[in-house]
Amino acid sequence: MSKHDLLIIGAGLAGLRAAVEGVRQGLSVAVITKVHPVRSHSNAAQGGINAALTDRGDDWKDHAFSTIKGSDYLADQDAVEIMCKEAGDALIELEHMGVIFSRDDEGKLGTRAFGGQKKARTFFVGAITGSAMLHVLYEQSVKYNLSIYEEWFVTKLVKIDGKCVGVIAIDMKTGKVESISAKSVVIATGGAGRVFEPSTNAIICTGDGLSLALRAGAELMDTEMIQYHPTTLAGNGILLSEAARGEGAYLINSENERFMEKYAPDYMELASRDVVSRSEQIEIDEGRGIDGCVLLDMRHLGKNFIEERLGYLQEVATEFMGIDLSEKPIPIKPGMHYIMGGIKTDFNGATSVPGLYAAGECANVSVHGANRLGANSLLDTVVFGRRSAVNSVEWVKSNEFIEIPDEILISEKNRFQSLFDKPSSGIRPGKIRLEMAEAMTKGIGVWRDEKSINNAWEKVKDIRSDYDNIYLDDKGKIYNTDLIGALELDFMIDVAESICAGAKARKESRGAHFRTDLKERDDKNWLKHTLVEKNDDGFIVKTSDVKITDWEPEERVY
Amino acid sequence: MKAVIDVKRFDPENNSKEYFQKYELDVDESSTILDALIKIREDLDGTLALRCSCRASICGSCGMRVNGSAKLVCKTRLVDISPEGEKVQVEPLGNMPVIKDLVVDMNPFWNKVKQVRPFMMPENTEPEGEYIASNESMTHLVDVMNCIMCGACVSDCTALEVDESFIGPAALAKAYRFVADPRDDKSKDRLKYLNKNSGVWDCTRCYACVEVCPKGVAPMERIMKMRDLAIEEGFKNTSGYRHTKSFVNSVGRLGRLDEAKLALTSVGFFNIFGLIDLAFVGLKALVRGKLPPILPHKAESSENIKKIVNKIEKKKV
Repeated sequence: MSKHDLLIIGAGLAGLRAAVEGVRQGLSVAVITKVHPVRSHSNAAQGGINAALTDRGDDWKDHAFSTIKGSDYLADQDAVEIMCKEAGDALIELEHMGVIFSRDDEGKLGTRAFGGQKKARTFFVGAITGSAMLHVLYEQSVKYNLSIYEEWFVTKLVKIDGKCVGVIAIDMKTGKVESISAKSVVIATGGAGRVFEPSTNAIICTGDGLSLALRAGAELMDTEMIQYHPTTLAGNGILLSEAARGEGAYLINSENERFMEKYAPDYMELASRDVVSRSEQIEIDEGRGIDGCVLLDMRHLGKNFIEERLGYLQEVATEFMGIDLSEKPIPIKPGMHYIMGGIKTDFNGATSVPGLYAAGECANVSVHGANRLGANSLLDTVVFGRRSAVNSVEWVKSNEFIEIPDEILISEKNRFQSLFDKPSSGIRPGKIRLEMAEAMTKGIGVWRDEKSINNAWEKVKDIRSDYDNIYLDDKGKIYNTDLIGALELDFMIDVAESICAGAKARKESRGAHFRTDLKERDDKNWLKHTLVEKNDDGFIVKTSDVKITDWEPEERVY
Repeated sequence: MKAVIDVKRFDPENNSKEYFQKYELDVDESSTILDALIKIREDLDGTLALRCSCRASICGSCGMRVNGSAKLVCKTRLVDISPEGEKVQVEPLGNMPVIKDLVVDMNPFWNKVKQVRPFMMPENTEPEGEYIASNESMTHLVDVMNCIMCGACVSDCTALEVDESFIGPAALAKAYRFVADPRDDKSKDRLKYLNKNSGVWDCTRCYACVEVCPKGVAPMERIMKMRDLAIEEGFKNTSGYRHTKSFVNSVGRLGRLDEAKLALTSVGFFNIFGLIDLAFVGLKALVRGKLPPILPHKAESSENIKKIVNKIEKKKV
């Protein structure tokens, strides 16, 4: 059995940043990932990374306030302070590692404006910031000769005496199932967008880590907080970055009005994402849309500017829609994009299970609260990825390896075998995944109410019983994506139920959670996190207080 | 619309040889080849193995050969490639071993990337803040950073087809990203390494990588740039450099190529083993009547050609 001080699940930005830190701290580190690191979904972050640099006359407190206001006061303010204070160092470190950020006339790093903030503090690489950062962190992993279990799929966290002591995983290239022992485990598995349809998320974003944590007894926090991004393509849900609006693009309706004037006269198109998405949806619902969309208009920015600063957007628009952004506005609509909720951690990445840490989109520190600001997610990954590794050092030093008993490995193998053994009269997993995901989008959308949430949850429960009747075509060992797909679906059902449980529990509207049956924010009763646990009785929801430091909740106007 | 996809299959567990399997299905007008393949996998045949993730041409997972040339299938629309519903042939990437169906073993690919030491090697002391560098000196590198490591260029590289040791277009483009980065302090060492066998001089300039790259990285142009930089740094003891030099001299002097001399000078007059090798090639050519003339003829308009060559050479200075 292989052993590592620190085992990180996921090789996106949070995972790789944690890994690099673990090596620097002198730990034996391994990363286990179901795709090659550079295929991770951190790639898809386009617009940039926020940081308030003092030498630009910026103040971390201003960044913190924007983040907290953006979160609709659900973020824990002590965590936000840490993220915003550490942002400058994190950014400069990335630059030193080799990220080719865009520069200003003086040769220093340049910025662009982003939503929910008055000050332009978003540093960027064209419209491929996430990809540029991910490739550089991969370069660092080569530099540090990091050991990587590439294309291994983790199926279970192993817990012994209440501590997380390793994982069971499948080597996808051979089909071998193995246990890997670790003194500490960091979950950095990213988002869960495939629980919805459509979504901006990649096919790999199946929320594996959320379910793994839940099954190991960790709590998920604020799972109802699902971000609908204001500018996604109809149909396939592909993202067009907020950078477009940051650089001056307009949103217009069928009457050629810049409708954000009505909803956010001060910030206009750069109000926070939940506000813009709701505004778009009102326009569409009230008949001022075009085929279920509104338009993103970039014509006035000019072809050269678009191609230099937003080249990837132009590529996406041309390749997928046949639209030249400098000539025609592009139809867009709100689309599921990000889950603010996730595995509850403290600001050192520690979960409620000893030895288990989490960082990045799968975690909830909470710095995003009820609505994440654009360009804060990349920041979140590197700041809390690093912290999770730093803070596991002490745990690693004071704990011994614990052998994983063979029974656990055998029971996992039996679980997979039972999937192979199902009768061929069964249902294909892809079919029920789609049914579930469409029901989730319908029930837990930009708008939601008691009834829609109940409907979604009922559907997910039906899917859970359907899952007993799935059938796999592929019985082989080598690169069996049919099996992996079924195991992912099993995780997704947990995630979907947790989201429904959180949404049903929160009896107010806050940030991305807008209930048409309870339209007001209720600070008296609901300035609280929802905490979801799974036990034999199902999904249990508790609450905990939000940490307030300097910023008392106020009315949120943009 | 109707789609007919002919997929090259290979299942190592059933000890099968490669074979083509035809799938017919209905897809939306806007469907990409990836959409069709996913539909096949979900609805028709769960045994089909492929890699895919982002669906938006940024993760680089879904490089495959479509009708014989490498593409990202997520950004290739069926309606563009098969407007009348013609059969579309999908195969795994070339120049890489196949694991199963459309999934190739990319380890050799990544090993070559690692070979070029793909990480920043700055001077010992980093500045306190960011490096100060002009936007112009940096932004052109973003075009190289556009590389998503999908392997399309490596798949269709004609040099790799005959020489497995060639570092190849993707890794060399990656190397260029550091060679040309003003923050990196090891450009000269990098060029020295890349100047050796299997490096920049092994490219045959066939343009395949430039043509198939789905992200406009143009690896071959980066390779050519590194040839220039290597020469500028004084690394001239290569057959590649001698070949280039002799080529220009010959055209300048005769208005045409002196092939015999070109071969000799490229190998190098003091390279005994190389010359022996060349002698065998010469003999074979002689037997087949293809030996170039030992004493070359001048081209008719050689004086005009000489003027053109001189003009270009002056311009370069």
